[in-house]
Amino acid sequence: MNMFLATFFDINIMMQALPLLLKGAVTTLKLCAVVIICGLFGGLMLALRALSPRGWLRWGSVIYIDLFRAIPPLVLLIFVYSGLPFAGLELAPFSAVVIAFFMNNSAYFAEVFRAGINAVPKGQTEAARATGLSPTQTMIHVVLPPAIRNVLPDLLSNTVEVVKLTSLASVVSLSELLYSANMARSVTYNASPLVLAALLYLAVLWPLVRIISRYQRGLAVK
Amino acid sequence: MSQHRAMLEIHALEKRFGQTEVLKNIDLKVREGELVFVIGPSGSGKSTMLRCCNRLEEPTSGAIMIDGARITDIPRRDLDKMRLKVGMVFQGFHLYPHMTVLKNVMLAQVKALGRSKAEAEARALDMLDQVGLKHKADARPSELSGGQQQRVAIARAVALDPKVMLFDEPTSALDPELVGSVLNVMKDLRQKGMTMLVVSHEMAFAREAADRVVFMDGGYVVEQGPPEEVFGNPKSERLKAFLSRVSGTAAA
Repeated sequence: MNMFLATFFDINIMMQALPLLLKGAVTTLKLCAVVIICGLFGGLMLALRALSPRGWLRWGSVIYIDLFRAIPPLVLLIFVYSGLPFAGLELAPFSAVVIAFFMNNSAYFAEVFRAGINAVPKGQTEAARATGLSPTQTMIHVVLPPAIRNVLPDLLSNTVEVVKLTSLASVVSLSELLYSANMARSVTYNASPLVLAALLYLAVLWPLVRIISRYQRGLAVK
Repeated sequence: MSQHRAMLEIHALEKRFGQTEVLKNIDLKVREGELVFVIGPSGSGKSTMLRCCNRLEEPTSGAIMIDGARITDIPRRDLDKMRLKVGMVFQGFHLYPHMTVLKNVMLAQVKALGRSKAEAEARALDMLDQVGLKHKADARPSELSGGQQQRVAIARAVALDPKVMLFDEPTSALDPELVGSVLNVMKDLRQKGMTMLVVSHEMAFAREAADRVVFMDGGYVVEQGPPEEVFGNPKSERLKAFLSRVSGTAAA
């Protein structure tokens, strides 16, 4: 038992590693903020294009969404970081991660937005257009508010996925939370920093996961 | 009312969906202040004709004039302005569920017509008062009965000061006891001089309030005239057959 505690829950080692891990956590949060905000915006734009009547815009977006939902994000990341330099395009780890995960995430967010917009009854759009609102005004004031409300749990779920996804950034030596914890593990030769990292992820994500399931229950009751 | 000019004119209107010809050759005139009632079996093209009048449906050929202006060949970007002149009420109400009743009536006034918020709010409250729902201004549509929702939908359309109001089976989705309140609002509108084209199965209301009844079948206007004549002395076999089929209601 003592052996177990000393290997995984050594408080002294955890306290030693904490500053490094917190620094990593800040990088993780920055990464999440950029990827989520860009992903949401890009996803919404893609969804609108994918639903637009104009053929080439629609097909471009549909192909993008399918493509980047099908390519594993780790493959994408290593390609952007280690593959693109062969074409003379060298990116800092942070930029590479942002670009790779933006491509992956905007596709996922687009799919969520598309489902939400499709779930708004056609009559809403017709009623709005019949009162002289333009297509853009109709989208902004009439379609999007209920569409986003419909898919709020899915948007939140996707946000949780992004936070977890960022741990992949450790493979391109970006010193985010997991990378920092793994560093601390190799320096201290003890697994406790990894457990601490897991606890930090948990501290951020557990409340979110709770909110989502509560929200989904609420919707189910309705 | 025959001395009044035509507010809505439909000439040789034709509408095809793929191979299916829904409207074959429609001619119809609605004069200013007139309430014209359109009856006919389902699938006769009544709703499609109505939806062509604000180009929610694109006519295949023919012409439609609103207040003397041809709306069938205006470019897409001018559709929104045209639609301000043509109010429409749907069978399914289609109020915006995420806004209060007041906001529902204000939205297009502000965004499409360019009224100030204060002006739009005053007009919305006045309209809600006219349909007897001022006290529901802050309610959500989901808190209203179907009849109340439809009255709000009418207020939302009329608040834009349209030249013509189109009603697409406005009471078909309502429980029978709620129909009267909506019909009363429509009668009120007529009294105020609104030009109205109504597709509906409320034969009793047609007898009482319509200036003219138009019978459509198979994509044509088969017969039209004053309600007494259309209901009391139908000429075509198709209209006779239709009236005897619905005579269980109020048409007999």
